[in-house]
Amino acid sequence: MTDDTPFDAVAAGPRPSDAHDPELGGHPAEVPDHPSVTALRATFGDAIRAHQLHAGDENVVFVDPAALYAVLEFLQQDPDQRYDYLLDLTAVDYGAGTPIQVVYQLWSLGFHRMLRVKVELPLDALEVDSVEPLWKTADWLEREVWDLFGVTFRGHPDLRRILMPANYAEGHPLRKDFPLRGRFSRAEQTRRALALEVDDNYTVLERELGAEPQIVPAAPAGEPDDGRGSDDTMKGE
Amino acid sequence: MSTRTVEYEVGRSPEMGVDGKPAYGPLAPVEIPEPELGSEHMLINIGPQHPATHGVLRLVCELDGETVLKVIPHIGYLHSGFEKQGEYRTWNQIVTLTDRMDYLAPLIYNCAYVMAVEKLMGIEVTERCKVVRVILMELDRIFGHLLWLGTTAIDVGAFTPFLYAFQEREKIYALHESLTGARITTSATRVGGMMADLPEGWTEACRSFINELPRTIDEVDYLLTTNAIHLGRTQEIGVISAEDAINHGFTGPNLRASGVPYDVRKDRPYYDYETYDFDVPIGEHGDCYDRYLCRMEEMRQSIRIIDQALDRLPGGSIDIDDPNVVLPSKTDCMNDMESMIHHFKLITEGIQAPVGESWFSVEGSKGELGMYVVSDGGSKPVRWRVRPPSFVNLSVIPKLAEGHLVSDLIMINASLDIVLGEIDR
Repeated sequence: MTDDTPFDAVAAGPRPSDAHDPELGGHPAEVPDHPSVTALRATFGDAIRAHQLHAGDENVVFVDPAALYAVLEFLQQDPDQRYDYLLDLTAVDYGAGTPIQVVYQLWSLGFHRMLRVKVELPLDALEVDSVEPLWKTADWLEREVWDLFGVTFRGHPDLRRILMPANYAEGHPLRKDFPLRGRFSRAEQTRRALALEVDDNYTVLERELGAEPQIVPAAPAGEPDDGRGSDDTMKGE
Repeated sequence: MSTRTVEYEVGRSPEMGVDGKPAYGPLAPVEIPEPELGSEHMLINIGPQHPATHGVLRLVCELDGETVLKVIPHIGYLHSGFEKQGEYRTWNQIVTLTDRMDYLAPLIYNCAYVMAVEKLMGIEVTERCKVVRVILMELDRIFGHLLWLGTTAIDVGAFTPFLYAFQEREKIYALHESLTGARITTSATRVGGMMADLPEGWTEACRSFINELPRTIDEVDYLLTTNAIHLGRTQEIGVISAEDAINHGFTGPNLRASGVPYDVRKDRPYYDYETYDFDVPIGEHGDCYDRYLCRMEEMRQSIRIIDQALDRLPGGSIDIDDPNVVLPSKTDCMNDMESMIHHFKLITEGIQAPVGESWFSVEGSKGELGMYVVSDGGSKPVRWRVRPPSFVNLSVIPKLAEGHLVSDLIMINASLDIVLGEIDR
């Protein structure tokens, strides 16, 4: 254990972990077959990099990032797999420059099967395909992983920050190299908060919608005359 | 959008009955014509400080008249970085963070977290602890549903159920307080057991509470379930099909209202839930009304579970017998050298977890609550992740509210039963 005082630990950031090391991974060397992993190996071959068993009954499959979308599409669509639930999508950073893992937790309602799919993304290529077209759940969960870890999801319809403010400039907080109290001083954080304009609280889309009154023309024919007569001035042409 | 059909199932018929009193029967559908006027779209900001958003939720709506065209939710106003803080805390210290997430059902969060850690460490808790945790989790399911019931009724204009629900919640607060000393921030669980065993008289107080609760539920049932205003405000509002609900990750009563019989207590039973006799209510239409019915029935089923659990509550120790996990008693600590060493190690270093990771999910009051812990063999997690049910449920609101009126948007938001502490974490 570290013998730092609490305050040193806060300043230095968390110590790097060695749990990503496959030699130390707390899982048995011999893993019993899982029907989905067998099917994945038969279909995708080398793109399935490893299969681990954690905490007794949790199957974890490591997948080549390039094949991730195809693998998850197969798991969702194949009639023998049918993982219809994306229960969770998150990421794990072990620190010390090791790859960031993106974790997909799947559950099949019909087969009562659970599977965890992981991809490892090196820090200089933090990009993976979005699975939003497969599961709409992924929409917000991918935004959260982008916000907190800085992983880009290719093809996501609206990838922007979700928990942190839109103008947050300190980086991605759940990364191990991010100090607990943030990168800016409290004074700088306060200054930035006070410098916010009202418009900063709206997205670009919302600002466009709210900038000018959106005039929608009335239906051309069969419109009942409401007797007000001053329609043109109301529309503010 | 030329007409809007409103159908009441129960209403007063204009004709008199044979006995001269007004006859009750179904009303004919009312067609409300809406003139096809040219209209101006408006951008309306609701929240973050607004009682109807149930917390610091902000909804930016594009409106055509009163019709919602687009909803853009903004969250994060309550972001506290709990998951980041967890990486700096020992396993037991994180328990205090969990009840601050869902302060409407804190014990479910306490239990779910330690259950994930115990799975990671390979700890099997004692029989008494299992039953006590089942009682506490079901008690807090009622706790959460009662708050939902009261606030949702207020959102559609019914004030009385709010008072009834909060009167009952107050009794659960008292049970919390006598067990843990706190009303909301319970922090009642520890890895390997509980903070303390049930105090004297607690089971009797709990028993008398669940004996009285059905009467209140019946009263609210009588006020709301066939109330024409409540029906008009909830039926056919915010409908979602079973396929969409699954694809959007709906869980809990929200999912079951759409007709999907998925309940973690039945599908992946933990703590011997398969041996309890209870039913899982399933809805049919997936609208706000079915979500209401599902939650009302879930409270009754929770009462059944608590009743059975109190019957089978075994004696014995509530903590496991492992000095490396559970703190020794104060007496042992002062009199026994070995106990003192264990105490010192546990306080200064914390419990050591093996290398590995585990995912554990329970059926929370809002939906499936997943806890994912990753350990590198130290006394602190590398990553502690909460799968927040409200977060996933709330992400569907733009789809649900589209085309409804603003007042329906408020009802839809209420029917999802969100808690912002958990969404923003």
